[in-house]
Amino acid sequence: MESRRTPLHAEHEALGAMFTDFAGWRMPLRYDSELAEHHAVRTSAGLFDLTHMGEIVLTGPEAGAALDHALVGHASAIGVGRARYTMICEADGGVIDDLIVYRTGELEYLVVANASNAAVVHEALVARAKGFDTTVADKSTDYALLAVQGPKATAILEGLTPTDLATVKYYASYPTEVAGKAVLLARTGYTGEDGFELFVAPDDAAHVWQALLAAGAPHDLKPAGLGCRDTLRLEAGMPLYGNELGRDSTPFHANLGRVVKLDKPGDFIGRDALAAVAEQGPDRKLVGLKTASRRAPRHGYPVLDATGNVIGEVTSGALSPTLGYSVAMAYVAVGNTEPGTELSVDVRGKREPVEVVALPFYKRSS
Amino acid sequence: MIPEELKYTEEHEWVLRTGEDTVRVGITDYAQEQLGDVVFVQLPELGEQVAAGQTLGEVESTKSVSDIYAPLAGEVITRNDSLDQQPDLVNSDPYGEGWMVELRLDDPTAVDDLLDAAAYQELAAAE
Repeated sequence: MESRRTPLHAEHEALGAMFTDFAGWRMPLRYDSELAEHHAVRTSAGLFDLTHMGEIVLTGPEAGAALDHALVGHASAIGVGRARYTMICEADGGVIDDLIVYRTGELEYLVVANASNAAVVHEALVARAKGFDTTVADKSTDYALLAVQGPKATAILEGLTPTDLATVKYYASYPTEVAGKAVLLARTGYTGEDGFELFVAPDDAAHVWQALLAAGAPHDLKPAGLGCRDTLRLEAGMPLYGNELGRDSTPFHANLGRVVKLDKPGDFIGRDALAAVAEQGPDRKLVGLKTASRRAPRHGYPVLDATGNVIGEVTSGALSPTLGYSVAMAYVAVGNTEPGTELSVDVRGKREPVEVVALPFYKRSS
Repeated sequence: MIPEELKYTEEHEWVLRTGEDTVRVGITDYAQEQLGDVVFVQLPELGEQVAAGQTLGEVESTKSVSDIYAPLAGEVITRNDSLDQQPDLVNSDPYGEGWMVELRLDDPTAVDDLLDAAAYQELAAAE
């Protein structure tokens, strides 16, 4: 099947992007150097095309109640204009996807799902919203999604929008204009830096992209691909669905039990199973690992304890461009999760010593 | 960029004759372009005997790791230790400063069986 192209495809081609097929989309992997793009996001700013993400809109008097039932979070308690990181789980507590829910109106919510799960999440929300007075619509083709991430994001954006960015709170969204085009502007991201995500009509995407690149030029803004997005989110300790999150683990396993609102009113799918995990504690947990080596533990590599027993598995790992050594996230059996614990990872037949460290690996200073 | 004077393998390595029975080995410009930024290169020990097609080392980028294969059978006689500190030389100068090892070949004539620049060009273009 031919991969879908975003409305910014021609922009990426003009910038010399190398592409990758991801979740049915043809996406820019990198434009020049993924390390340079990574460093740009940490020190100035990067511009991402995230149009592959799925957008599902719920509207109606019981949209909030339907989401409260469908998700582990308390959607109806989100203030209008605010957003929350949350998850949708199976009845057994396994994670179907991690989501950001934006409350865009009194009776309207925008649910942003991972590209690889957009169809599954849409189907699950339709099924779970049955009996509630709400409509569930897959609006993924109505939106292009751009992100400006990095310490210079505010400086780059402020000349392009009438909105006073100082008033735009973290995890909030505002309908406004950017470069003269209607945009839903959100202060969210997946890089560990300050930044904004811009939901725009597909026909306006190229105009807004070009305006951001032009405004960003004096600030060393670089177009940035999915390659650096992965190392950025890894340094920031942020989970990636398919690596840290999946149907075989609950939010508690991933140290994200805080997103499960067991005390919200009414029942929700997964509640009983999640309450049991919350009470008993998970049998394995996500930890951070650091190595002394540049040789990176990678997804799927076994984690061993001091006696050589396999006690876990790496979910993501790479040389950290910011830190200069390799870092990884891994699920390990409880009893091995304390920071300072010395373990090893079987890196293609050779045991590399690793140390359990607190997440995130990188935290921005401001 | 595919220099005329080099020989190539299907695994995207290049081979340069440096003497009667010795060659220098590296990865091609196409290979480094596919890998992205190289952050770590693992090379074999001096004196190691390698068979053609055997793993010679590893090249890691931020996103993946790839094996380097011995293009020909022989003994490792020199290794590019600069890559320990500057693995990015593989990206910036794959046919020059980014070379990896030198081998003393078991059979010096085997070089002639490798791909020439035109054949490699065709192979890389087809990928």
